[in-house]
Amino acid sequence: MDTLYIIAITIIKTAVYFGILMLHVAYATYAERKIIGHIQLRLGPMVVGPHGILQPIADVVKLLFKEDIVPAKVDKTIFKIAPIISLTAALSTFAVIPVNKNWVIADINVGLLYVIGIAGIGTYGIIFSGWASNSKYAFLGGLRSAAQMVSYEVALGLSLVGVILMAESFNLTEIVNKQTEYWYGMFLFPQIIAYFVFVVAMLAETNRLPFDLPEAETELVAGYFVEYSGIRFSLFYLAEYLAMFSMSALATICFWGGWTAPPILIKAFPILEFVPGFVWFLIKVYFHIFLFFWLRGTLPRYRYDQLMAIGWKVLIPLALVNIVVTSIVKYYY
Amino acid sequence: MGQDALTQRYLPVLIVIIISFIIGFSMLLISRLIRPKRPYTLKLTPYECGIPSTEDTWERFNVKFYIVALVFVIFDVEIIFLYPWALVYKKIGFYALLEMYLFIFILLIGYFYAIGKKVFNWSKE
Amino acid sequence: MIYLIFAYFCASMIGITLMALTRKNPVHSVLWLLLLFLHIAVLYLFLNAEFLAVVQVIVYAGAILVMFLFTVFLLGAKELPKGKRYTDLPEGKALIGLSLTGVFIGAFSSITTAWKGKYTIEYIEKIGNTKALGVMLFNEYPLAVFLLGIILLIPMIAVAVIAWRAK
Repeated sequence: MDTLYIIAITIIKTAVYFGILMLHVAYATYAERKIIGHIQLRLGPMVVGPHGILQPIADVVKLLFKEDIVPAKVDKTIFKIAPIISLTAALSTFAVIPVNKNWVIADINVGLLYVIGIAGIGTYGIIFSGWASNSKYAFLGGLRSAAQMVSYEVALGLSLVGVILMAESFNLTEIVNKQTEYWYGMFLFPQIIAYFVFVVAMLAETNRLPFDLPEAETELVAGYFVEYSGIRFSLFYLAEYLAMFSMSALATICFWGGWTAPPILIKAFPILEFVPGFVWFLIKVYFHIFLFFWLRGTLPRYRYDQLMAIGWKVLIPLALVNIVVTSIVKYYY
Repeated sequence: MGQDALTQRYLPVLIVIIISFIIGFSMLLISRLIRPKRPYTLKLTPYECGIPSTEDTWERFNVKFYIVALVFVIFDVEIIFLYPWALVYKKIGFYALLEMYLFIFILLIGYFYAIGKKVFNWSKE
Repeated sequence: MIYLIFAYFCASMIGITLMALTRKNPVHSVLWLLLLFLHIAVLYLFLNAEFLAVVQVIVYAGAILVMFLFTVFLLGAKELPKGKRYTDLPEGKALIGLSLTGVFIGAFSSITTAWKGKYTIEYIEKIGNTKALGVMLFNEYPLAVFLLGIILLIPMIAVAVIAWRAK
């Protein structure tokens, strides 16, 4: 009886959480086109609705109605299951991300590692879609993308070790709570190197510029999902934006203090105490999403061998130096 | 952690995974009900920038990808040992710290050797 | 209710393993193996080993299986070749299966638990399973950690040699 109660509560929580999340993801696509448009001195979507605000809805409806072309000679089972793997992995990471104190679907004690593990499962969607498409370009794109994601997962994992050294728990709620014990309120300031490594790894994990060679339109014609059309393509697209949100949420929880505000800021402006936690969380996540779009609009993309060189030869030593320095400092405090 | 903690903490994770799967599936199902289906042979050939394909699937699988996967396994296992160390850092005393530094040092020997032997030099392609 | 979930996971693991073993296309086998590793991770959760469960997902399902997959791609195996060996006969398969089962039963029926000492159940419940694992690993087994470093060094050198030979 108790279990059924837990199941019912979880379903309700998930429905609310995922509903808001999907709305965010849909409008993130719109926001990206608008922001990149403005960076490039043009306006972005303007036609559908006032200032193009109904564009995501139009996109979803269009993709639902498109014909699904499954090319001949593909491995039909794997072709069809690959986007579902990607989407399931991307959505499942949100089970443990807390938006406010006690506003989390599943409060598990290994939340941080769970997010990293499930993000690692996402690479399978890419490899399988590349392989199943029976096309040179798709397969090569899929392999390159997978090799890139796999290389930067090491840097991602190592940068989070610094956070664990300071927070002493894998529970995401505890990590946020630990950050309020410092006057500056975030792990950003002591762990600035780790944050830099995390942001770079975050960009590479989600295949975003400047690391998006495997899916760049000019290189491999959309890489691993070139053979996907209609709703299957939109599942991959959704998975990419969900991964962006999940990594941004992880960055705000681990480095920016989640739903809390720095205590020194609250002392300076006491009115800020009344701002609810999730507003802080959303502002910080929005900043990171804006960072994704900003970097996309501004930077050129890295060549593949430069990309791999950065992942292995630059980020790993930086993260290790950060671990050693943090552990030495933490030993004395 | 008894059964209650297990159901309370981890059952929601299982439910979320199942729900995510259902969401993906149902989007495909909805689309399947309302989309047109008019296949013909030319539409079903793989896309190769508009050039008709040359019928052989791919050249030999480059072994560089396999090497990346191998090195990733090694570093992943190293990270796995760094996590419990970072977790109980305050509780284990000075010698455990040195022990872990020794572990990291040994791994760095391997890492710099691999850099020297140009394992991570993805040749320009 | 939790027993139903446990029963599902146990039964499905056997089913998934059988599926993984009998597929003709090796990439399909790898896909079933991925599902199997995720089920094993849940089984670790039933044993209260939460850290081990996520390590299973991160390392086994996330790294080692990718390596398996790349091996399958490297070999370019579309279908497994049919050879003329005794393992292809049903008698050969049954013999190997039964002997392995015997080995496993013999091994698992003689499990001993380690000393309790200061790692009592109250201590573990107070600081949580993962922290108890960390404390025990770094306090009681320093030589093991050192050997782990060496065990990880050797494959790095092997990889460097493979990479050097491949160029």
